[in-house]
Amino acid sequence: MKVLVGVKRVLDPQVKARVKADGSGMDLTNAKMSMNPFDENAVEEALRLKEAGVVDEIVTVSVGPVKAQDSLRQSLAMGADRSIHILTENELEPLAIAKILKTQVEKEAPGLVLVGKQAIDDDSNQTGQMLSALLDWSQSTFTSKLELTKESATTTREIDGGLETITIKMPAVITVDLRLNEPRYATLPNVMKARQKPMEKIKLEDLSLDVSARLTILETRESETRSAGVIVNNVAELVDKLKNEAGVI
Amino acid sequence: MTILVIAEHNNNTLAPASLNCMSAALQLAQQADCAIDILVAGNDCDEVLQSCSKINGVSRVLSANSDSLKHHLAENMADQVVTLASGYSHVLAPATTFGKNFMPRAAALLDVAQISEISAVVSSDTFIRPIYAGNALVKLQSSDSVKMITVRTTAFESAETGQGSATIEEIEAVADCGLSEFVQQLISESERPELTSAKIIISGGRGLKNGQNFDLLYAVADKLSAAVGASRAAVDAGYVPNDYQVGQTGKVVAPDLYIAVGISGAIQHLAGMKDSKVIVAINTDSEAPIFQVADYGLVADLFDILPELSEALG
Ligand SMILES: Cc1cc2nc3c(=O)[nH]c(=O)nc-3n(C[C@H](O)[C@H](O)[C@H](O)COP(=O)(O)OP(=O)(O)OC[C@H]3O[C@@H](n4cnc5c(N)ncnc54)[C@H](O)[C@@H]3O)c2cc1C
Repeated sequence: MKVLVGVKRVLDPQVKARVKADGSGMDLTNAKMSMNPFDENAVEEALRLKEAGVVDEIVTVSVGPVKAQDSLRQSLAMGADRSIHILTENELEPLAIAKILKTQVEKEAPGLVLVGKQAIDDDSNQTGQMLSALLDWSQSTFTSKLELTKESATTTREIDGGLETITIKMPAVITVDLRLNEPRYATLPNVMKARQKPMEKIKLEDLSLDVSARLTILETRESETRSAGVIVNNVAELVDKLKNEAGVI
Repeated sequence: MTILVIAEHNNNTLAPASLNCMSAALQLAQQADCAIDILVAGNDCDEVLQSCSKINGVSRVLSANSDSLKHHLAENMADQVVTLASGYSHVLAPATTFGKNFMPRAAALLDVAQISEISAVVSSDTFIRPIYAGNALVKLQSSDSVKMITVRTTAFESAETGQGSATIEEIEAVADCGLSEFVQQLISESERPELTSAKIIISGGRGLKNGQNFDLLYAVADKLSAAVGASRAAVDAGYVPNDYQVGQTGKVVAPDLYIAVGISGAIQHLAGMKDSKVIVAINTDSEAPIFQVADYGLVADLFDILPELSEALG
């Protein structure tokens, strides 16, 4: 089975996000960028399925600026077989990304698509579900465990109340959660090898899709920050403050 | 113009998140001067239907009653929402794992954008939502004919109930599309309040060192009638189940009092609790970032403090 994995390059999770002074968007100049952590889990899962002999080819896809190729190279260094880069300088909405990914699914005919459950920049949590809808495939979101056969997958999903297990028909789109696995690091020799692996480059315009924005961002601003309060010396003082100053207990 | 709210429930009881979502709908209804319908999709949901009909401000409760909807499988839920959506200006669901599962799927089938996790309603087409783990807020305007929205439950009060007298109408339920099948749910049972609606939360992190030590937290929690939460590190290490996780990728909470014990205060954790009214941090490391958001900090060993706290609370 062939697996397609969607990856996105985002602001590194350890870096504090900053808003441009004029409120026109996020300030990402010179910021450290990384592969979206959930997508690392998706790549890792594909690798494990390949090592288990269930999957024979892993193709990673990213939509974004030239720099998106960094994340694709990382996926290749982790062990993916080849990559597809859809080049666009525009920020696209999840629906547009899903439409773009659909064209690659139709071209590549994978038996499974893996994506992260959300990207940690816009926190939308939509792309996988939308792609699954457009393909009329089954879906499993927030997946923390996956057992795969040719015809079906049994997944455990992290839901608000606990855990849910479902069985879905293949082909499927599965969105993955952090506890699915522990992504491996790319070793230096594998980083070198990844440079030789194929990367197909496609211009978004060449796909002739309608990817127009449905949402207009009117303003971006920093959310209110809290300021540090006081340090109390002991439990008695803490309880007193909570009772008599804050009035919360 | 009419608004459709998708009720979250377990076929027996209405989830509190539905009432927060209803509040957002009421704000919208005021802006746009329109009615609100609620969809209850499930199987034999009589009590849920009754609860929904009593929510103040609801016109009609639509009941899609079928085995195909019993487990809220995303494919069937999305199909059900799609059959109704064209008659509505807005479709709202809570931004919980329930709503996040099928709403984007329904939106894609309708060829509209989804507006995820709104934290404020500005007008009938303009909303505010957090991005980058809540570090930034965007104000955005939608040009879609049907606005598909998920609602951040902590950003909206619980809607009032009791005065409503909505009619309950049966609608045709979709057939099972046969793409997926429910196997089982393992729901954490607890006597303590539910995290997302608790007034007081006490959360533990890696500093607790193991699951057994969470007993120290539970003791304090029970004195305060508090819910218990955790950092991702504590969940990953297996100290507590996944549904305890507070943060960017766990639950977002905003209680009156949040006590963070042995939690460093990573961006991703803060994302889930920084809208709490009062924050207390207990940590041995005075440099821990959690102190930058805490109203009251106690630089001390949690293994000394928790028993003392439990004692002091009587
Ligand atoms: C994509 C992504 C998503 C994430 N989502 C989430 C999320 O939703 N929620 C979340 O919480 N994290 C999330 N994280 C993880 C987050 O970055 C941190 O790793 C995590 O929150 C750390 O948990 P912690 O504070 O318990 O552990 P640590 O950072 O290890 O902190 C432990 C703290 O305990 C203190 N301590 C130790 N012993 C004692 C003692 N005896 N007494 C008092 N204090 C003590 C230490 O000083 C330290 O500050 C996410 C990360 C990524 C990359």
